[in-house]
Amino acid sequence: MNMKVNTIEKEDVVVKFVGDSGDGMQLAGTLFSDTAALEGLDLATFPDYPAEIRAPHNTIAGVSGFQVRIGKKKIETTGDAVDILVAMNPASLKANLKWTRPGATLIVDADSFDEAAIKKAGYSSNPLDDDSLSGYNLIKAPISSMTREAVKPLGFDLKTADKTRNVFALGIVYHIVNWKPDSTFDYFKLKFKKKPELVDANKAVLAGGLNYAANVEALRTVYHITKAKLPAGKYRNITGNVATAWGFLAASERSGRPLFLGSYPITPATEILMELSRHKSLGAKVFQAEDEIAGICSAIGASYTGSLALTTTSGPGLSLKSEAIGLAVMTELPLVIVDVQRGGPSTGLPTKSEQSDLMQALFGRNGEAPVVVVAASTPSDCFFYAYQASKIAMEHMTPVMLMTDGSLGNGSQLFRIPKVADLPDINPPIVEQNDKDFKPYRRNAETFVRKWALPGTIGLRHRIGGLEKENISGNVSTDPANHQLMTDLREAKIQKVADFIPLQEIVGEKEGDVLVVSWGGTRGTTQAAVEELQQAGKKISLAHFHYIMPLPKNTHEVLAGFKKIIVCELNSGQFVNYLRMKEPEFSYLQYNKVQGLPFTVNELVTKFTELL
Amino acid sequence: MIDFPNKTIERSSVELTKEDFVSDQLVKWCPGCGDHAILAAVANVFPKIGYRKENFMMVSGIGCSSRFPYYVNTYGFHGIHGRAHAIASGVKIANPNLSVWITTGDGDSLAIGGNHFIHIIRRNIDVNIILFNNQIYGLTKGQYSPTTPMGSVTKTSPQGTIEHPFNPGELVLGAQGTFFARAVDSNVKLMTEVMFEAARHDGTSVIEILQNCVIFADKTHAAVTDKEVRDDAQIHLKNGEPMVFGKSKDKGIMLRGTQLEVVKLGEGGITEDDLLVHDQYQQDPGIHLMLAKMAPPHYPVAVGVIRSTMYPTYDDLVVDQINYAQATSKIKNVDDLLNSGDTWEIK
Repeated sequence: MNMKVNTIEKEDVVVKFVGDSGDGMQLAGTLFSDTAALEGLDLATFPDYPAEIRAPHNTIAGVSGFQVRIGKKKIETTGDAVDILVAMNPASLKANLKWTRPGATLIVDADSFDEAAIKKAGYSSNPLDDDSLSGYNLIKAPISSMTREAVKPLGFDLKTADKTRNVFALGIVYHIVNWKPDSTFDYFKLKFKKKPELVDANKAVLAGGLNYAANVEALRTVYHITKAKLPAGKYRNITGNVATAWGFLAASERSGRPLFLGSYPITPATEILMELSRHKSLGAKVFQAEDEIAGICSAIGASYTGSLALTTTSGPGLSLKSEAIGLAVMTELPLVIVDVQRGGPSTGLPTKSEQSDLMQALFGRNGEAPVVVVAASTPSDCFFYAYQASKIAMEHMTPVMLMTDGSLGNGSQLFRIPKVADLPDINPPIVEQNDKDFKPYRRNAETFVRKWALPGTIGLRHRIGGLEKENISGNVSTDPANHQLMTDLREAKIQKVADFIPLQEIVGEKEGDVLVVSWGGTRGTTQAAVEELQQAGKKISLAHFHYIMPLPKNTHEVLAGFKKIIVCELNSGQFVNYLRMKEPEFSYLQYNKVQGLPFTVNELVTKFTELL
Repeated sequence: MIDFPNKTIERSSVELTKEDFVSDQLVKWCPGCGDHAILAAVANVFPKIGYRKENFMMVSGIGCSSRFPYYVNTYGFHGIHGRAHAIASGVKIANPNLSVWITTGDGDSLAIGGNHFIHIIRRNIDVNIILFNNQIYGLTKGQYSPTTPMGSVTKTSPQGTIEHPFNPGELVLGAQGTFFARAVDSNVKLMTEVMFEAARHDGTSVIEILQNCVIFADKTHAAVTDKEVRDDAQIHLKNGEPMVFGKSKDKGIMLRGTQLEVVKLGEGGITEDDLLVHDQYQQDPGIHLMLAKMAPPHYPVAVGVIRSTMYPTYDDLVVDQINYAQATSKIKNVDDLLNSGDTWEIK
């Protein structure tokens, strides 16, 4: 018999599913967030998984996690601290307890806390029995054995039963957030269309989890979260990497330029390559090259022939592409290079996020080799910035670096589905056949952009390459004055892009005590921290940059309105030093973190409060 | 007109001549360089191939060979060191209607660009690679290359090289090459002939040119190409014909056991019927490999088309997959994609 439950209103809830890699935590998290979306809540997700595919069983190294934050307000971050932690083994509890809020609900699979697993996790005694977890609402659920019980009548073996433990845990969480299992039942029907017996098994296990939870004394208090008031429209859940891929497809369709991606798998950028490989029906040509260099060089070749050319990578791959980016600068061809940043240097922290490639993106080439640098700031706006990067690349005949990071790429968010027709026009400067005025390096007088002459076109045969070009004719030239002129023109062309990008926005007043400056994937946290202090009446504003090279035209003005400027970034101070170079009049404070972790709102609020 | 398998490339409606491909740039190779003759052969063969002149595209990397695109009036791209094959892969995949020609050298393709070289061949992308093998780094002034004979004294091997050189043909066949031909720079007619065959071949064609660098490795191929010795040091392979060579056409190649052997016709009762008959189209690369490896002093060097076999090309398969996806997928445009899967309406 179900007990009477108390319902309390919550604005938002942070849930994290953790277990051994292989325990199905990513799936549990995805199911949970999809259901949240169907319940009308806003959400943000972040998977947290090890670099190893299957690290040794029951070790800290093998812990895989998936954090979801759901709520009625606009959700910009996955949350500083976890409200509900689902831990499938001792190691995952040990590794994640530090991320939980005091008093958080811990749902643990008590069956997995045997002596060997406890020892392997590095506990000296069983944390479920000593007093170490007394500050939490600890639910010692025998998940493994109850899952086996639940599928026993269906005749499943233990191995199959154990594979659905994650679904049992999910059922417990559904109880806490007061959700019905119906939409998840529908999902099972779809997913296991060819194996109907698994539909029944998963349904039985989910229902088992719900029933179990309904009878646990400690779970008598459940949450109610009001539906989010999102702007009207059609929504879907999307990860940053998928949004990036789709932004490119949209840019290809709107520009009429066929999409070509030359890439090589690298964490955490690979999903863009995989996603675009799925869309041949939209004409996307995806070339998985033999290495990073071939990835970008094939894209440059495709660009010469008139494709929207892309290459996707992460830090170490960007290093390998440096020389070829210079070639695209010299040949003045459109190219988008996506850097899904991860912890560095060298192989670094492949599955952790960082913002430490900015200087490499801006300056990591031989010679004077300016490129446009743009950064996305949320998983869903990766779509828009991928589109925008493509538009700038083609309209300004230049390589564009699109900076995202592991958190954005793998994290997900609700995405309001746009109509492709509503996106801005893209007009590549393609030369008509037999254009008598065509010269490979003749430029538009206003934008300094040269034209795109596509092989196969009558009357436009020409040669370009990596050697310095004579102005207008494009012939090879070593003339000193010409080299100076061309160097200046290449720079001027990039600076001119500032006329075509939006002005820098400020969150808050244009004047005040403190201006927080951030860029890229940290927007969720910096904005939440600034808004919290604004609500407390502080004179603090945020300038979050998406356009880095060139900077928006009003950057100086924006910076001038404040007594103090603090630049926050997940590196040792790259954007701040770039600002010191570009806007040397101001003095900048900085707040940096290089731990492979995002900022927390709390640490930012604490830091900013010191300055106010 | 000879049937070309690459039917997607538009043919010229008018007869083209050499002059259609002359560029306005001053040719800056050293006087006496073998590259001039290669340029002459290309100028011969392009009009003969008969594609529209706008559909030719030259791609190169870095080195003396890689200045080539500037000297031919086609679309052209002078890339970076070793990357011509990667750039050309993108060109051909993105626009299969171009006849793509790569000019490259032993350093560009076999050292810094070795990875791209084997992979473009493995994928069988329909491009034509002219590999200028002068066994030296010319443009950087005389360092040894991956094809420099072992023991050669160069600027970076004052005591002689201690590296085993590559035989490009062996590498091409090892990478599952479908077309390999060899010619010498002193024979424009032969170069023109094999380039024409390369253009006809559907897939990656590699033509090794034994090319002389007059400045840094002069006469490096003399034992094969000198007038006095060439008839005995080269065998011109012709499909369907017995392998006869020599000034007096009195020598031949036989397969004895598992090895090739040079035999003298008439000696020990050996007739033309005992000789190997060249079959450039056979799938098994075994004999082709043995032929590609032949070298003095025991064998003549094989020139002409050594291997030319049919195999699906990467660029064709890309188009096939796209056509199939477009015919079968429900996602016809990006709006379809954005609205596919789980979505919900908020009012």
